[in-house]
Amino acid sequence: MERWQRIQERQGSAPPDDLPQVLAIDGPHGPVVHAANRAAHLAGVSDGARVVDMRALCPALRVDYADSVGDRVALDHLALWARRWCPWTAVDGQGLILDTTGSDHLWGGEATMLQEMEGRLSLLGFSARLALAPTWGAAWALARFGPVRAICADLAPLPAAALRLEAETVLLLHRLGLKTVGALAAVPRLSLARRFSRAKLGENPLLRLDQMTGHLAEPLAPPETPPVFRADARLAEPIFDPTHHLPGLCADLCDQLADTGKGARRLRLTVYRTDGEVSRIDIAMASASREVAHLVFLFRDRLERINPGFGFDLISLEASVTEPLGAVQTTLAGGRDEALELSHLVDRLAVRFGVGALSRPVPRASHIPERAEARAAPLAAAPFVPDQLAERPLRLLDHAEEIRVLYAVPEGPPAQFVWRRRTHRTVRYAGPERIAPEWWQDKPGTRLRDYFKVEDEAGRRYWLYRAGLHDDGRGGDPRWFLHGMFA
Amino acid sequence: MNMLSRGLLCYMSGISTFPKAGRRADATGEMRRPPVALSEVFAETVADAAVAGFVLSHLVKGSDPVLWIQDRLSRRETGQPHISGLGTGRAVLLLEIARPADVLIAAEEGLRCKVLLAVVAEIWGDPPALNFTATKRLALRAEAMGVPCWLIRHGGTPNLSAARDRWRITSLPSAPDPDDARAPGDPRWRLELFRSRDKQPGIWVAQHDRAADRVDLSAPVPDGTLAEDTGTAGQRATR
Repeated sequence: MERWQRIQERQGSAPPDDLPQVLAIDGPHGPVVHAANRAAHLAGVSDGARVVDMRALCPALRVDYADSVGDRVALDHLALWARRWCPWTAVDGQGLILDTTGSDHLWGGEATMLQEMEGRLSLLGFSARLALAPTWGAAWALARFGPVRAICADLAPLPAAALRLEAETVLLLHRLGLKTVGALAAVPRLSLARRFSRAKLGENPLLRLDQMTGHLAEPLAPPETPPVFRADARLAEPIFDPTHHLPGLCADLCDQLADTGKGARRLRLTVYRTDGEVSRIDIAMASASREVAHLVFLFRDRLERINPGFGFDLISLEASVTEPLGAVQTTLAGGRDEALELSHLVDRLAVRFGVGALSRPVPRASHIPERAEARAAPLAAAPFVPDQLAERPLRLLDHAEEIRVLYAVPEGPPAQFVWRRRTHRTVRYAGPERIAPEWWQDKPGTRLRDYFKVEDEAGRRYWLYRAGLHDDGRGGDPRWFLHGMFA
Repeated sequence: MNMLSRGLLCYMSGISTFPKAGRRADATGEMRRPPVALSEVFAETVADAAVAGFVLSHLVKGSDPVLWIQDRLSRRETGQPHISGLGTGRAVLLLEIARPADVLIAAEEGLRCKVLLAVVAEIWGDPPALNFTATKRLALRAEAMGVPCWLIRHGGTPNLSAARDRWRITSLPSAPDPDDARAPGDPRWRLELFRSRDKQPGIWVAQHDRAADRVDLSAPVPDGTLAEDTGTAGQRATR
């Protein structure tokens, strides 16, 4: 909810706090409330209820859809960010779990550490409920159902839902009259074990109770930090030209990449200037690579764009996006890989002339000539499209150019036409080939085209078309255009 | 009669040295190693697609891509190669560049890559960057890497250049269509090889057989340099 609020504020469309607002996700019977703000909670909206019911309760309710995937990604990032306090952190459902064993004294004790955490998180714009307990289960329960900033508080008065059980089991325990953790713990162990002998972990109150009290070990499995591929060059004296240091940096980075079997897709060269400024160069590649010579070559023409200022004393080269790249044996007899060579060429041309300059024209299933060609990425595979039956010109003008014509017969080709202020006389012609507009994407009123292949007196072969017919009721007299040239 | 037969002889030798650029074994299985180098092609009139057709007919068939570089004026005035008109099985990498000087840089960059079938560069007019040194660089690199390079000059004048072959191409009225008397049939071109390093210059009339993608030299044009044996046959024709 708070992440949503901050995104809205960044876009300048944040609603005032006192309006009830909920975020919804799709449930089995229509959208259900995923999160609600304070005003909505005060109006009686509860999480997990259906949005239509809550609308009846609170007609002024504003509903937006929750971004679950974005939330999960943000939580993953937050888990890594939380490693500032202790080395073992992991995402736990909707929250974070931190194993602070042995690190609390670094922050001046447990209570001070919790205050520090809350302060830091509020600086990020998040409110947090924190609790500290000897076991994962106890900390989970205290954070959700215990007092504020609880440290090893009494678990007995907490409700049964604090046991991380599924809703059905909680309901069952309620019906059995076991409404608190304390009540459950008072039940003889043997009878609980008999009753829930075949239940899974999420439905088994005994196992959950053991986890909470520490009878059952539940270690934390923190996710691995994504490796950072980065090579630095620290210089004794400020310099102005990083050219000489670049091969060393690239070699260092490529060694790191080779150790983990990765290849870089994006590179960022950062120079830290002595006056405190930072300049960057970003390079993207068509396919993952860890070839030193290639990387150095890509930076060669870009280095002059660095503004050195009064010089810089730290150069850092970082592979910001990497992809798995195994060691590939190209050919048994040695030699170079052809696909690799082509992707290197694409990289060099993209660095030099921009990413959009190079493209691969591929056929597309359409009869309209300008739509029959699509621009694909340079290394993309061509889709299969059946060949055009009719002959197509070798060259096509970007925009068909209008010509002035002299008719012999209204439906036939022009006897003479003026293109680019030069008169051409039609000697031979083939056609017409009628191409109707594509009604599913053309505007209504688009006129059909009659294409003619026309040869003039000098032997040049052109592709002309007449847009429309005389009596099609879509405008006045048809206009003529020159669209391409045949070999 | 003697004159005619000699003209025919020279014409035959013209066929045998016709620069069908290729690096691989052809259909007969014999490995032909024609000179792969820089060729310059001039269009007699602007927006004559015969030039592109001539260049395309010289490229070997293959799935490897052709790097086709155009500067902005060429693209605006003469259009771009149309994928449906290029024929089946052609892969093209199209590079659009604003300045003619960059076309030369891009062509040189493309010639570093052996995978390409060919590099075709279209340049409009006579940019100052296209001097003897630039063409010499292209020619040497094309020969070193074995990638043919074709320079299409729209509206250019044949100044000093290191191109191994220099052609001037014009459209001619096409061959009659066997099915339709009024329709244009297979295209015919007038090919003029006016400067060449290892071939004899001459003028041919070529007919492009679209179905087979083959160029037939249909009729020799009576020409003084061809008819007279000046004793320069087999010698270098440059200078």
